[in-house]
Amino acid sequence: MSKRDRLSGNEAVSVAMRQINPDVVAAFPITPSTEVPQYFASFVANGMVDTEFVPVESEHSAMSACIGAQAAGARTMTATSANGLALMWEMLYIAASSKLPITLAAVNRALSGPININNDHSDTMGARDSGWIQIYGENNQEAYDNFIQAVRIGEHPDVMLPVMDCYDGFITSHAVENIELLDDDAVKKFVGEYNPGESLLNRKNPISVGPLDTVTHYFEHKRIQAEAMKNAKQVILDVAEEFEKLTGRKYGLFEEYMMDDAEVAIVIINSTAGTAKETIKGLRAKGIKAGLIKIRVFRPFPVEEIAKALSKVKAVAIMDKCDGFNAAGGPLFNEVTSALYGRADGIKAINYIYGLGGRDVSVQDIATVYDRLLDIVNTGNIGEVYNYLGVRE
Amino acid sequence: MAYNLKESVKKPERLAGGHRMCAGCGAPVVVRAILRALKEDDHAVIGSATGCLEVSTCLYPYTSWKDSFIHSAFENAAATVSGAEAAYNALKRKGKITGDTKFITFGGDGGTYDIGLQSLSGAMERGHDMVYICYDNGAYMNTGIQRSSATPSFADTTTSPAGNVIPGKMQPRKDLTLIMANHNIPYVAQTAPMGNFKDIYAKAEKALYTPGAAFINAFAPCPRGWRYETPLLMDIIKLAVDTCIWPLYEVEDGKLTVNYKPRKKLPVEDFLKAQGRFRHMFKKGNEWTIEQFQKDVDEKWERLLSMEEN
Amino acid sequence: MNKKDKLNLGNDVNWKEISPGGVINEPGNSDKFKTGDWRSVKPVWIKENCKQCMLCFPVCPDSSIPIDENGKRLDFDFDHCKGCGICAEVCPFSAIEMKDN
Repeated sequence: MSKRDRLSGNEAVSVAMRQINPDVVAAFPITPSTEVPQYFASFVANGMVDTEFVPVESEHSAMSACIGAQAAGARTMTATSANGLALMWEMLYIAASSKLPITLAAVNRALSGPININNDHSDTMGARDSGWIQIYGENNQEAYDNFIQAVRIGEHPDVMLPVMDCYDGFITSHAVENIELLDDDAVKKFVGEYNPGESLLNRKNPISVGPLDTVTHYFEHKRIQAEAMKNAKQVILDVAEEFEKLTGRKYGLFEEYMMDDAEVAIVIINSTAGTAKETIKGLRAKGIKAGLIKIRVFRPFPVEEIAKALSKVKAVAIMDKCDGFNAAGGPLFNEVTSALYGRADGIKAINYIYGLGGRDVSVQDIATVYDRLLDIVNTGNIGEVYNYLGVRE
Repeated sequence: MAYNLKESVKKPERLAGGHRMCAGCGAPVVVRAILRALKEDDHAVIGSATGCLEVSTCLYPYTSWKDSFIHSAFENAAATVSGAEAAYNALKRKGKITGDTKFITFGGDGGTYDIGLQSLSGAMERGHDMVYICYDNGAYMNTGIQRSSATPSFADTTTSPAGNVIPGKMQPRKDLTLIMANHNIPYVAQTAPMGNFKDIYAKAEKALYTPGAAFINAFAPCPRGWRYETPLLMDIIKLAVDTCIWPLYEVEDGKLTVNYKPRKKLPVEDFLKAQGRFRHMFKKGNEWTIEQFQKDVDEKWERLLSMEEN
Repeated sequence: MNKKDKLNLGNDVNWKEISPGGVINEPGNSDKFKTGDWRSVKPVWIKENCKQCMLCFPVCPDSSIPIDENGKRLDFDFDHCKGCGICAEVCPFSAIEMKDN
């Protein structure tokens, strides 16, 4: 049913792509996502897939071609990072509002400027309100598993939204790790055939896509789009359950680590969760009740579930690998604190911006965050809410 | 089969009435002519860049397109349709669809010469089996007549206004048709709806049924932006062609043919004086603008003729 | 895009019934939208002068000159004709006259 291998995150995702055998892949290279279309082009060149590969001249055209292809009834995929995602920006919104379930491997990299090729989350966080489902993965296995599940989630009739499979540039995309791959047939069976109700290529029922929407209809179209995002939460859980039956690997909206009795916790996204888990092991050995929540699904944001999971902690630090430049906190901080409001009031919450432009975050760095949380619990004083971790003062 | 207007009109109409283009607009005349060249049994996937044509023909919940139609944004019509064409190839290969589908993209000069040039260049270079048609009305008309790189010299537009010091647009037009010819794609043509529509029909047919990427630049006057009375559409087009301001030619596999050489090449004034956007050129002291316009047209026409000979 | 069976053309369609993604699944339905009232002048077809040369048909921006199964033109589609007058200008036989609407 499955086999063990050693692959980088990009290799793993391109293997998932090969196993899914999409109809169209349109992509433009950008570090660190470049390898995905490179590997995939070799699959095309060697006849291992039936896909039409469109080597476009920009990321804007990549997303535009994906929109044209998916509207034509094709299962369509792409990959990008940072400025490439930024160049797609306009089209991300149009893909979502047109209800086109495109799958995008979003390999997280710091967004210029200054130009920097290393990992942080400023690229996909900027696209958080584009109407795409965003699923984050800590490591190669999760990047691979999430990519396969993304197809099913996006294409679900109650959803029909595009999905980003987000994983950290270099740390996940380029590091080779052990991974458990599904058999090709199992993936094929899991994702099934893509049969949209309507498509440009259905000559018996021609359609028009992308009309001008005036004040009379625009709002209703945005409302129906918003409903699809609401529906996505249950679909994500259902698909995860089915995936668990197939693989034994369990996925939810987020992962709770040592949260049962936690008094202090951090909320974090992607690969740094691995580092934080090491910190927690050390703290637990000293009898400190530290826990962690690792966000998997950022869009739709699991508001009620997060509030419930944090309801028993005394202090929480929300960790953003992306600044918000609102002079108040990062995007994850805003999401989590607004989730707590009215649902789990009284929890002391602080924010740390960390790891920008690929700045290393060590087990010790994260230990200082827990020290701070313990201090807040002991003194009752929150102090500065909006903090930086690892910047030279 | 040789072109016959009376036969061509029997084909089913593919652009329905009830669209919101201005009365007398040249663009739907171009669109109808191009679509008539489709074989009756062929389905078309038609894309459009944002612009007058798109917002007027596909305004929710109405569409004027009887074939499938897609608009996504302004600068990316060619990329969008290239994706649909890729989907067709993949789904056909997998046996999921039957029948022949042709891929057509329309863009105004804003969406083609300017903001959409990169996307157009990419799609043509990749060789998708599609036809891109620019309906060139020489300015950004949808946003209210701003200059584009297709705007002729000295034209008065809202961002190149003819003032006391500057007499309209100071740069000559970009020669997009030759830029596209230099992509070395199988078929490139410059055309206009004229007379019995033979030129535009024949070029559309070649573009549609020559495998690979094709580009057509079609002259599409805008009565509002150019400031002439709506009934004069076909007269204005004829003047553009007879003054050699808009030569009709095609480039097939690298070989350039000038399809129409006026027996008597008319002076550019004949074209200019018919339109309000050039009125200031006839003011005392602006004689030089007409001379320069004529010189530019003459040079380009001679160059075209020499390219045909070589 | 998921299929909604029947496109609701009303201006009062609610969000649950509107077509997802803005898809319009009625090709050419703009003919239900009348642009004839934009007209200030109207073309009058003088049938006895008409030689059925067809030069008027392709110049119409509004697809408002219907053709019958024998390829002969019929009277104007006044639901959509905007009265631009291009057809009258190109007619070589004085078979179209523009008159006040």
